[in-house]
Order: sequence, then structure tokens, then C-alpha cells
Amino acid sequence: MKRQAKTRIWNDYQKLIPDDNFYYLRSCIRQNFFPGSEHAFLQIMKNDLQKNVFDDPNHTTCTGIAYHSDLLPFETLQTVAARQFALMTESGYKNAAVSCVTSFGIYSEVLETWKEFPEEEAKARELLWKATGREFNVPENVSHCSDIIYHFRDQIAAGQKYSLINQHTGKPLKVVEHIGCHYAKMFPGKGIGGAEFSSVLSGMIESWGGEVVDYPERRHCCGFGFRQYLIMGNRGYSVSNSRKKFESMEPYRPDAIICNCPGCAMFLDKWQYVIGEMEGKTYGPGREGIPVLTYEELAGLMLGYDPWDLGLQVHQVDCEPLLQKIGVQYDPSMKFKGLNGKNLGKPVLPACFKAAELEVIPG
Amino acid sequence: MTLYEQLKQDVRFIEGLKACMNCGVCTAICPAAEFFDYDPRMIAVEVQSRDEERIEKLLKSETIWYCGQCMSCKTRCPRGNCVGLIINSLRKLSQKIGYFTQSQRGRQQYALKKVLIYNILNHGYCIHPDCLKPELHPEQGPVWKWIFENRHEVYARLGAHLDQDGPGTLRKIPGSVLAELSAIFDESGATEFLEKIESASQAKAKEMGLMDEDGGMERYFMHVYSSHES
Repeated sequence: MKRQAKTRIWNDYQKLIPDDNFYYLRSCIRQNFFPGSEHAFLQIMKNDLQKNVFDDPNHTTCTGIAYHSDLLPFETLQTVAARQFALMTESGYKNAAVSCVTSFGIYSEVLETWKEFPEEEAKARELLWKATGREFNVPENVSHCSDIIYHFRDQIAAGQKYSLINQHTGKPLKVVEHIGCHYAKMFPGKGIGGAEFSSVLSGMIESWGGEVVDYPERRHCCGFGFRQYLIMGNRGYSVSNSRKKFESMEPYRPDAIICNCPGCAMFLDKWQYVIGEMEGKTYGPGREGIPVLTYEELAGLMLGYDPWDLGLQVHQVDCEPLLQKIGVQYDPSMKFKGLNGKNLGKPVLPACFKAAELEVIPG
Repeated sequence: MTLYEQLKQDVRFIEGLKACMNCGVCTAICPAAEFFDYDPRMIAVEVQSRDEERIEKLLKSETIWYCGQCMSCKTRCPRGNCVGLIINSLRKLSQKIGYFTQSQRGRQQYALKKVLIYNILNHGYCIHPDCLKPELHPEQGPVWKWIFENRHEVYARLGAHLDQDGPGTLRKIPGSVLAELSAIFDESGATEFLEKIESASQAKAKEMGLMDEDGGMERYFMHVYSSHES
């Protein structure tokens, strides 16, 4: 009985994720900072999982970053969201696959508002019609792309070329997962495991052989803060929040950090460099940082995608130590090359990570 | 209409403040409360007072600009309030009335508008690689500098279609689509709202002696973008 009750309670923390036919809503931050991740998501969905995902050139930003910087009226946000829904309706799709956690929060906020305040939906419909002549149906399902990867995690595991096992020790790699505030803190029912037991990333990590690190500041914000990062004079807030997380996770010696939200992935990568340069402090072994990956990059690595096709070279913290632990075969000389091996030079190695270069073992 | 009545016109205010019992859980969980002189519990207390003078003081203050919009307060409030949403409604009203230029952090709205709204209406993205100039983003480090300087080649290597027609990562958003975004801004009140931010900021730049000789706003932009709190 006790077990049955637990199973029933746990069911309240699950969400329905469709099996196929998605309308892809891209992310401003992911496209700018992790372009290989969006490319990999589509490749995994189409080539590895044989799923149909429509990549519509006519959709736009959700305007979420400007909205949370308080530059846009709520009515504008709702109407832009309504336009995306209209494009879905026109192309015959009912399932949104959202690449960005901020956008996922935005669509959730708009749809929940419309449930509680139907007059807001009516206003959005009228504004959209006046501005564009478009009409829409409310999507049947809004999933974050990580929900979809989570949904197919066992299928991905079945095709795994590599697993999250340290090739040198035979033990599971220790992985920090960072969910991102707008995934489930605003609307817990919209995320797998809710706000308390978010399992969207931990489910992937465990399915692929790794061990999830539970540390005190696991659910603390990365510190984006919208206006608190975008304005140069405010960035101390942003780095301070990330630093709080790094200090908290450091004693557990994580091998990697996996992120749900593209903004969080960017900050947890870049702020390690900033803290290294400001304080001489690095959080990995020796002079290394802790590699920060998106979930698409992790899924791609597991399936045997080339790390430089996935875009690991655009990270500020070197990912090679993780690749070596997993046993990924890669060509170090191709890291910063362009198409067809074109020489693009390479970035300057920051002083804070300098010793790390000497420790990197060619794959 | 009183300030409180104006706040009540925003559904986010209605949703964000049901009845605060002053427990302070929001302050305990708030990242901004840890690093700033900021107490979300007091935001709820002040607006709940319905005291016009106290609300006006809040609208002119630095305080309302500290929230980082993580919405952690929403998860934890035992009464289902969300100070982050109250903050949205306060910031909107502060800008609508023009009070935002009375605080150093409020004045930053000009720089945010200049960058983000330009990107949305001209590129269709909140962020575009062309605007991420390394000198304005030293925290992005040398790898970003390398990407920025080789951006067309680097994005192409990663399967992106930077500034190209058709679908794909960082594709060029068609002009007809950008026109729809502009029309949405006009119809839904964004254009009018943004003009208020612009005119109030210009008046403040003049008052502070930060307007360019040719009447431009570059000096004011750099001032509000880069200066730390006094």
C-alpha cells in the first residue's frame, strides 16, 4: 500500500510528452552561444530517433529577455506568443518543442494566464488579428526540448557509443545538473518532477551511466537576472550567484555540469573564467575548470557525435578532461578549424587556465 | 486613479499579491536579497499598505530594480503570492509615469531598450552576434572574441545559417516577419510605452548634462550601461 501511494503521488510530478510531430521554437541564447546544440537536437530527433520536427523560418524571438527586463507590456508578450501559436496552427502542429527555458516559462505563463483570465486571451486574439490577420489554436502540448530528450533517454541509451563512466577508474562520472529557474519554479506542474524533484536532467544522467551530485546550492539561480547581467554595471550580481554555486559544488569534485537552460550553461561556463581571472580560483582539478555542457551536447556525445561538430570548442572552459574520462575519440588539431579544415586561428588561452593546457592529454 | 488602482489594472499584480502574511520565506529564498539591500517581503508589505505616498516612494526607488526575475519566490510562498510579478507591475507603472529616471538603476532601462528592442525589431532575436561586441562583454572571454571575429565561419562550422535566408540557427528573419513584430508592438502598446522610456530618458540626459553635443544619447547610454551604483 505504501509503495502504491508513493507511485500515485509520483504520478502527480510527471508530465505528458508527445511521441512525435513537434514544432520547433528556437532560443535566442542557445542559437548565439550554443549553435551546435540546436543543430544536434534536430539531428538526434530526425536521424537517431526518426521523429518529425518542423523548423519554421517564420517564427521569432518570444521577446522573453526584453519582457523580463520590463521593457514590454504583458499584452505585447502575449501577442507575440499568440503569433507563434498561429504559425503552429497554420502548419498543422499541436506540440511545441521549446529550446529555451525562458521561452518555456513565457509560454507557460501566457497559457496559465489565459486559463485564469480568459479576457486576456480574448485581448491577445484581437491584437494578433489586428496586427497580422492571424488566428490560432492553443497548443495541445508545450514541452521543453530537454523533456523530449528525457522522454527518449532510454532509446538514446540503447544507441549509446559512450557512457558516463570514467574510463580510468571504471566508476560513474559525478555530474552536477542545473535545471534553470524558469523551467519549474514558476509552474511546477509544467516540469518533470516539479520544482522539488526536478528529474529532467538527473534522469538522463542516470540512464547514461552517471551519478548525480546533490549539493547544498543545487537549486540556486545561476544569476542571469536579465537586467542584472545585461547592464555591465550590474554584473557583480550575476557572477556572485554563480560563485555561490561553484563554492557549494566544489567539495563534491564534479566531473561536469549539465544545464537545461542555455543562459545558465553560458553563465556557468563564462563566470568560471571571470572568477579565475579575478581571484585566481578554478574549480576543477589543478588549473582546470569544471566543463559545462548542454543536454544536447551530452546526448550527442553519448551517441558518438564528434565533439567539434557539437560545438564544444565554443565553451570557455575546456571540455577535453571530460572527453578523456569518457574515452571519446577526438582530433585536438581540429578543435578551432572552420568548414573543410579552414584555419581560423585560435583563441588566446586565459592565464587562469594556462597550466591546464599542459595537462591535456591528446586523444 | 490612485497608484494602487493603476497597479490593480495589471493582471500580474492581481496574480502576484493575494494576501501577504509577512512570513518572509520569499526573502529567505531570494538571490537578490542576498547580494543587494533588497527585501521582497517589504515590497509586498509596502504595496499591501495601499498608502499612496509609500507606493510613490517605491516607484521612484532603487529597490524595485534589484529583483533578478528568477521567480524563486513564486515556488516558496505559502500563500501563492509572487513578488517577482508585483515587481513587474511596479516597474511598468514606474516607467509609464516616468518615475524610473529618478533612480540610478531605473535609468538603466534606456540602455536595455536601446540594445534589446533594436535587436528584436531589426533582427527578430533578443540577442544577435553582431551586438555582442567583446569590448562591451569582457566577461565573455577570449573564446567569444575568437567567435565574434570569425563569426560567419564558426557558425557555419556548427551547422548554423547566420544571416542567411530559409530555416536554421540564426537565420535571417524575413522583412515581412519583422513587419509583423512591429505591427504587434504598435497594436499592443509597446511602441507607445517605449516612446515614454525614450522621452523621459532624453529629459534626464539633458538634466544630467549627459546629452551629446549633437543631441545624441551615446554618452548617456554609456553612463547608464557601465556605471556602478553610487
